Parts: sequence; C-alpha cells; structure tokens
Amino acid sequence: MSMRWIIPFAALLCSGLAHADSPSVPDTLQQRIAACTTCHGVHGEGSPASGFFPRLAGKPAGYLSLQMQNFQRGLRKYAPMEYTVRLLTPAYMHEIAAYFAAQQVPYERKPIPPLAPSTLQRGEQLITTGDPSRKIPPCQACHGKQLTGTEPSVPGLVGLPYDYISSQLGSWRTGTRASAAPDCMAQIANRLAPADITAVSAWLASQHVPADTHPQAAGSITPPLRCGVLQAPRGGA
Amino acid sequence: MKPQRRLRMFIVLLVIALGGGWWLSQHHRAQPTSQEDPAIAAMLTEPGVIARGRYLVTAGDCASCHTARGSQAFAGGRMLPTPFGTISAPNLTPDRTTGIGNWHFNDFWRALHEGIGRQGELLYPAFSYTSFTKVTRDDAIAIFAYLRSLPAVRQANAASGLRFPYNMRSVLTIWRAMYFKPGVYQAQPSQSASWNRGAYLVEGLGHCNECHGQRDAWGGLESRAALSGGQIPEQDWYAPDLSTHANGGLHGWSKQDIVDVLKAGQSAKGAAVGPMADVIASSTQYLHDDDLQAIADYLLSLPARMPPAPVHASFDNQSLIDRGNAVYAKRCADCHGKNGEGVPGIYPPLDGNVSVVEPTGINATRAVLLGGFPPVTAGNPRPYSMPPYAQQLSDADVAAVVTYIRHAWSNRAPAVHERDVATYRHTPIN
Repeated sequence: MSMRWIIPFAALLCSGLAHADSPSVPDTLQQRIAACTTCHGVHGEGSPASGFFPRLAGKPAGYLSLQMQNFQRGLRKYAPMEYTVRLLTPAYMHEIAAYFAAQQVPYERKPIPPLAPSTLQRGEQLITTGDPSRKIPPCQACHGKQLTGTEPSVPGLVGLPYDYISSQLGSWRTGTRASAAPDCMAQIANRLAPADITAVSAWLASQHVPADTHPQAAGSITPPLRCGVLQAPRGGA
Repeated sequence: MKPQRRLRMFIVLLVIALGGGWWLSQHHRAQPTSQEDPAIAAMLTEPGVIARGRYLVTAGDCASCHTARGSQAFAGGRMLPTPFGTISAPNLTPDRTTGIGNWHFNDFWRALHEGIGRQGELLYPAFSYTSFTKVTRDDAIAIFAYLRSLPAVRQANAASGLRFPYNMRSVLTIWRAMYFKPGVYQAQPSQSASWNRGAYLVEGLGHCNECHGQRDAWGGLESRAALSGGQIPEQDWYAPDLSTHANGGLHGWSKQDIVDVLKAGQSAKGAAVGPMADVIASSTQYLHDDDLQAIADYLLSLPARMPPAPVHASFDNQSLIDRGNAVYAKRCADCHGKNGEGVPGIYPPLDGNVSVVEPTGINATRAVLLGGFPPVTAGNPRPYSMPPYAQQLSDADVAAVVTYIRHAWSNRAPAVHERDVATYRHTPIN
C-alpha cells in the first residue's frame, strides 16, 4: 500500500477515534424527555413506589396534550409540572403525548384502603348508573363502557391508583384542576359527597384491567352535560 | 436594620412623599391630548409601520408582562411581584374603556419616554421607562401603531397591591430624581453602526439591564456597572454579568455563542434557564440576524470586571464537596461528563458555565431542583431536557452537589448552604 493511501486512511482512523471520545447521546425522543420520564417512568408507567405520579401510558394523545396545555395556562396547578411544560411548543407537546399514548405496559395493581362492601357498592352504582337524584351522570357515559377512555380527549379510569383518583377529584372541587368552560368535570366533582369520592376511587382502583385497554372510538359517546373540553375542535380547549 | 434607623428613614420618606405630592399638584396637571396629530394619525394605519411595530414589540418582549397566564395577549392582568408589593400590568389593547383605545400618540410617548401616565400620574418603574426612554420617537410611533392594530379586549386593569408608603405615587418624585434621566439614545460616533444598534437594543427596548443590573435597597439600578449581573427581586433567579472579558460572566464567549443562545436558546457555552428562557422563547429568537449580531457586538465591548474575592475551601466545605462529588458521579456525570464538559449542542458544559458560577448559587440550585427543558425555538425545536431532582435529592444532597460543581474543574465559586436550598425549593415558579 502506498503512502498516498495510508495518510487519508490514518486521518479517517484518527477522526473516528476523536469521535468515539465524546459520549454518544441517543437521538431519540425518550432520551430527550428525561424531564418527564424521571417521575412518570420511561414508558409512562407512573411511579412504582407511590401512586402520586400518574401513569401516562396508553392514555389518548389528545388528552395528554391537553393536560400539558392546561398546566401552561394555569388551569391545572402543580408547580413542577407547570415549570416543566411552560416553554414547550404545541408541536413538541403533541410529539411527547403521542409517545406516551403509544406505550403499552402492564398495569400494576396498587393497594386500596380497607372499606365496607357498601362503599364499594356505592362506587359501582355511581360509575355504572350515576345518581339521578343529585344529577350525577354515570362515569361510563364519557369514560367508556370499559372505562378505558374515549378518543381524543377523555382519559381512561381503570388501572389508576386510589390515591391518584381521589386527589384528582378533590382538585376538581378546589379548582386546582380545571378544564375549558363549561367545566363539566368540575360540576360533577362538586355534586359528589366526600364519601362518594372514596367510593368511586376505591371501586375503580379495585377493578381488573380489561385485556384491551385502548380508548373507545371518537364520537362514540353522547355527553350528558355540556363540556367545553368535548366541544372544542380537535378536543382542544 | 435598627428600629431607630428604620423610623428615621420612614419619616424622611414621608416628608419627601408629601413634598413630592405638593410639587406634583403644582406642576403635573398634564391633560390627555384631545386629538391625534394628522401626520401621526396617517402613520398609525400604514401596514409597513404596523409591521415594524410588531417587530419592535417583540424585541421589547412587551407581551410577557402585559399578558396574564392563559389570557389574551397584551390584555394585561399579570401581577408583577416587587419588593414593594405587587403591581398589575395594564391592558395595552385598543379597548376604549379598559385599554388604550382613547390614547393618542403623545400620551403613549409621555408614558414610554417620561414615565408619566395619561392623567399625568407618575408611573411605577416596574414599567421599565428607565430603559424605554432611549427608544426613538419613530420607533415609538411604530410600537403604538402595532398596539392600536390589536383586537380590542375588554379587561379592566387589576388593582395593584403595593404597601404603604409605596402606594403613594408621589414617592416616585424623589425616586425619579435619583434614578431616572429621560433621553433618547444618542449614538456614539466612535463606534460602528452595528455597535450602536446593539447598544440601542440592549439599553433601550430590550431593557436588559433591568434584570442584568444591580439594584439598591430602593430598587434603583446602580449606574456604574451596567449589565454586571443582579439578583432578580422576588423571583429568585440571578441574571448574570454579561461581560465576555476577564472575570466577566460570559468570559470566553464568542460573538457566535451570544447569537446562538439568543436565537436557539443554547450555545456551546451553556443553555438559558429561568426567566431568560422565557425571554428567548417569546422575544430574542425572533430577532433578525443583524440585530443579534449587533447585540453581540455591543456585549463584546463590555469591560473586564474586578476579580471576585478568593474562595477558601474550609474543612466543612471539603466534606460537602466529597459528598457532592458522589452525587455528581451518580446523577449528573452521564450527561454533563466527568469533567463537566457537557455534550455540544445537547447537554450544556458545567465547567465555566455562568449559571453554575454566578455569585449566589441560585441558578444552579434551582436548575438541579427543577430540571426541565431549555427554550424550545425554531433553531432547537426538540431540545433534550434535565430531570427535576426536587423529589429525589434532599436539601443536603442538592447543597453538596451544587457546591461541588461550583468548585470543580476551573470553577471557583462559594459554597451553597442547605438552608438556601430549602428556601429555593419553595420559591413560587410564576
């Protein structure tokens, strides 16, 4: 081999070595969103130890995107989330939402507090038939027959931990979680008695997750209340 | 402050306020102008003027204060926290009852240039007329034209929550005498056109010194050391020194580094955090390249600074640093590198990073606690992010790792204490 060939080859080798020196950072969305996955899990499975950081995996992309926008607008209040998403563009939020919506990871059952059977019965009643005397529609009416949510923006309720569901219902009542007006979920949460929140959360958290956790198709529900979040174009608010 | 001194200061202030009030009543009975000057009226509807105004309003980042979160742009309502109480930013849309629909250009000019409201009232300098006074009359006409072109939003201005005696506007008489000199920017003939343009943008419309300057106890800016860095009151962030020379905050930054961070939110030397990330996202990323180059030309001319007091590592600090080194190896080194070198364009270096070594340690502490994304810009639409460690690290661990990075490699900045971390952990983020 003549020198003419050796020099470029050596140069190539050196540049390759210099390259190998700097750590290679994967050019993936997963690598980019460490700010999200550190609490919600790499596949959006939620925090294993506590029920506080909710599962994101498999929730409708429109719903996840909308929640980030609600944190930006101050409709949902939780300082670390508000800070993290405050500068994200709609395009980037959509990409992140689509990532978590596409994740399929098994649900992990979390313990529920010991409760009287009558409490669980009340929970089941509210979820399947509602309470017409208090104008509370059944949860299934919007969140789907299987409670796996409805495209594009109604979240599933099965598989969520007791602590998370009850704290979210509390947040709707105190206004630290809100949605576009008319805010039907805030109205419903305010019609629930405190004991109803326990009942609903416990029954939901005690249910087996169906084999197919995909949300119901868009347009398959007739909301019993006027909901801003369901009226806006593309499920946005 | 001793009670006696406090009382004396209070009396002095009161006398000044009452005197100022009297003086005002004699001199400032300015009435709103009743008719628009026809020459100006013609300019206000010209599409070219409105477009230029839109650009200038972006450069001045007016929307960021004059828009409440989740509300309509420029309709006001954001409450600005100051050490003297909160001030509400007013509605700038052309609504006739709640906005500036009845204003004429002269009213606007007097507010922007002199800090005097439409009814002759003295304006609080949370509205940065100390900087905006340098804006030219032509640019002010364009800005006013753009604001007049916005859709009118009916939203009444919220009441401010200033404490006594600051809620009396007459106290501003003395404040203005001490800290405010009205005057349009005067070009320096010895400097290039680009430098002068940069100076105009930085000192005037961009009002950079309002955060990047040091304030005294009365909220006035120290005029001797412009852009030498300052703690942002109430927000708990530190706006660093902008000198690129010896002992400057941006020591070693090239012209391209400055342009990169303003355009994309990130340069080879670091990424913007805190309020600067917002400024980049809503303002500087949209500036034309020649304006960004001009800003860089001007910043490159800021003088070298005095060396900071040397930091002696005490015995206590050494154990803190060792603990921090262990946290660093476990949590930070994967991305920022063993030697704090970062990964170009992806993870900022920590060695020599101004947000790490700024005097207070606030920025690094809060970056560790909050993590998050650098600005999402057209130049960096899908940035890499950092995990928030507030949930995973104790105050002691955060203090240790921040003290470590402030002391590692070429960095030599004072330690951060556990009690400071506890404070910043609870700083409201908005």
